[in-house]
Amino acid sequence: MKIQRRHVALTVVTVVVGVFLILPTLYIIPLSFDASSTLGVPSGRWTTSWYVELFTDRAWSRAARNSLQVAVLTTVIATVLGTALALAFRVKTRTNAIAYAVTLAPMIVPAVILGVGLYGLLVSWGLGGTLLGLVIAHTVLAIPFVVVAVGSSLSQVDPDYERAAASLGASPVRQHVRVVLPLALPGIAAGALFAFVTSWDEVVVSIFLTNAQSRTLPVLMWTQVRTEVTPTLAALGTCLLALSTLALLGMQILNRRSKD
Amino acid sequence: MASSSLLSAAPSALTLQSVSKTFNGAPAVSDISLQLNPGEFLTMLGPSGSGKTTTLNLIAGFIQPDSGSITLDDRDITAIPSHKRGIGVVFQNYALFPHMSALQNVAFPLEMRGVRRKAALTQAHDALELVQLAHLAARLPRQLSGGQQQRVALARSFVFKPGLLLMDEPLGALDKRLREDMQLEIMRLGRELGCTIVSVTHDQEEALVMSDRIAIYHDGKIEQLGTAEDLYEHPRNLFVADFMGEANRLEGGVANSVFTTGDWTCLVPGSAPNGRVNLLVRPENTIAVPAGSADHPEGITGEVIESIYLGGTRKFVVRLDNGRRFQAVVSARTGPELHTGDRARVSWRPEHAIVLAAGDSSAVTADAA
Repeated sequence: MKIQRRHVALTVVTVVVGVFLILPTLYIIPLSFDASSTLGVPSGRWTTSWYVELFTDRAWSRAARNSLQVAVLTTVIATVLGTALALAFRVKTRTNAIAYAVTLAPMIVPAVILGVGLYGLLVSWGLGGTLLGLVIAHTVLAIPFVVVAVGSSLSQVDPDYERAAASLGASPVRQHVRVVLPLALPGIAAGALFAFVTSWDEVVVSIFLTNAQSRTLPVLMWTQVRTEVTPTLAALGTCLLALSTLALLGMQILNRRSKD
Repeated sequence: MASSSLLSAAPSALTLQSVSKTFNGAPAVSDISLQLNPGEFLTMLGPSGSGKTTTLNLIAGFIQPDSGSITLDDRDITAIPSHKRGIGVVFQNYALFPHMSALQNVAFPLEMRGVRRKAALTQAHDALELVQLAHLAARLPRQLSGGQQQRVALARSFVFKPGLLLMDEPLGALDKRLREDMQLEIMRLGRELGCTIVSVTHDQEEALVMSDRIAIYHDGKIEQLGTAEDLYEHPRNLFVADFMGEANRLEGGVANSVFTTGDWTCLVPGSAPNGRVNLLVRPENTIAVPAGSADHPEGITGEVIESIYLGGTRKFVVRLDNGRRFQAVVSARTGPELHTGDRARVSWRPEHAIVLAAGDSSAVTADAA
């Protein structure tokens, strides 16, 4: 009887905390359908016009395209480089330890500082305001996540597998391609997903590095919030929420499949 | 059977010359020298940490020796990386690639050698038939039992016809019944494939059953290398004698073929060393008679403290008057029936005594007094 009470209490607390955490996010969903032209002031009338505006206004579609291009490129480059780094970091030397700390630095350094530094560097290279510059910046931000995710996966691969592959005639390259990387795939996939989300959501550094043409979605949203606060933002927010939820579900499915 | 196409290419001769390896200042193996004839089955036997697995890893090429050389069929492979040595290895935990089926695992070494997919899969199938697992070819390693995984690991290691096969504690993870079956299985495979085999184990019985010769390892060195009979009947020192089986021990001195301990003497073979010695007798060579019997008056007296019936044999534990404990194993049908508390005499034929100079003890068994 006592145990049952504890279960009930735990469930109640979990639900309360869960609701507290997610309510602000969920709140924008009804707002996006509200007919009031001022965000946050419910009028009781419903409409989908904000979604229509979202999908027809060229500024939004251009920003979405920019975001997608940058995120995809960032994911590819960051995953490849991050995986290579994680493989290199399996060898424990002092040089590697220092290199590892440097690689993880973007996670720790405040984004604003990174933004200022990257801005100065990329502008001096003539890449200010370009998509390429943005991809470089996002890759720098995303690589630490890939390295950590892949590194964690790699550390769970028994070194005996590589020895076995070697004894069977596999050169070090083939050992990695046929045995190590396939076994680290869950970590690589997780790293890629982190890289994508990092780039997709990134706003601070992107503000420094974009102009009106190359603006990404988060930057456009931020600009809009400061100028015209319409429920179109809530519509966009709802769409992003839906996308994030799908991404999370995707990760869960990947996870479950790798455990089979 | 499909086995004919699997019969090995020529078995290899393996030579290790003064191989040494140190880890972090502690020597793992020192001055190891071995010479294996093609087709021979050698077991490296010894307690944990004695250097036998390190030697195996050196032969396989997973680690490099600090000094010495390794030669395979007149080819110096010391500096050659492991993936170019062409030596089959069976790991203690099998190391089957978890993301590949049994068939793909076995086909892997063939693909590494450029065999086309279809031919590789066919040969892999033949290898699995040789270990009676062809019907489970499509299964993933985690869907196989320990014994089945081990057989897949075996098939994977010989499918590319290596001249030398290395096995690291191949039977360690199996239960007793399976272990005995696999011992015979491995011996059968060894004969059919004809390759040279080096196996590592800490199980003395396994070594006795399966090998042509045994190398006893202790603290990074080979104490003795020889056939099971050599090691059992003529151990070079106390460590080997104690490792190969039970040995009753007396300390004393030898002069002119006479062994003296305390106030008791006996004859020993003329080949025995003079001076301070350890005299060893195996329990099955130890004769025990009741003190009242007229037989073997030359024996050493003591009291039976345990009498154990083992089915085919009886084991008596006798505490000798000088404090030493002796074990005698006799036939349960024809041997004497001694009971706990009986006074008895133990003796042995002089030629059954193993006499070792007292300096030859690299170890330890504290003799229970």
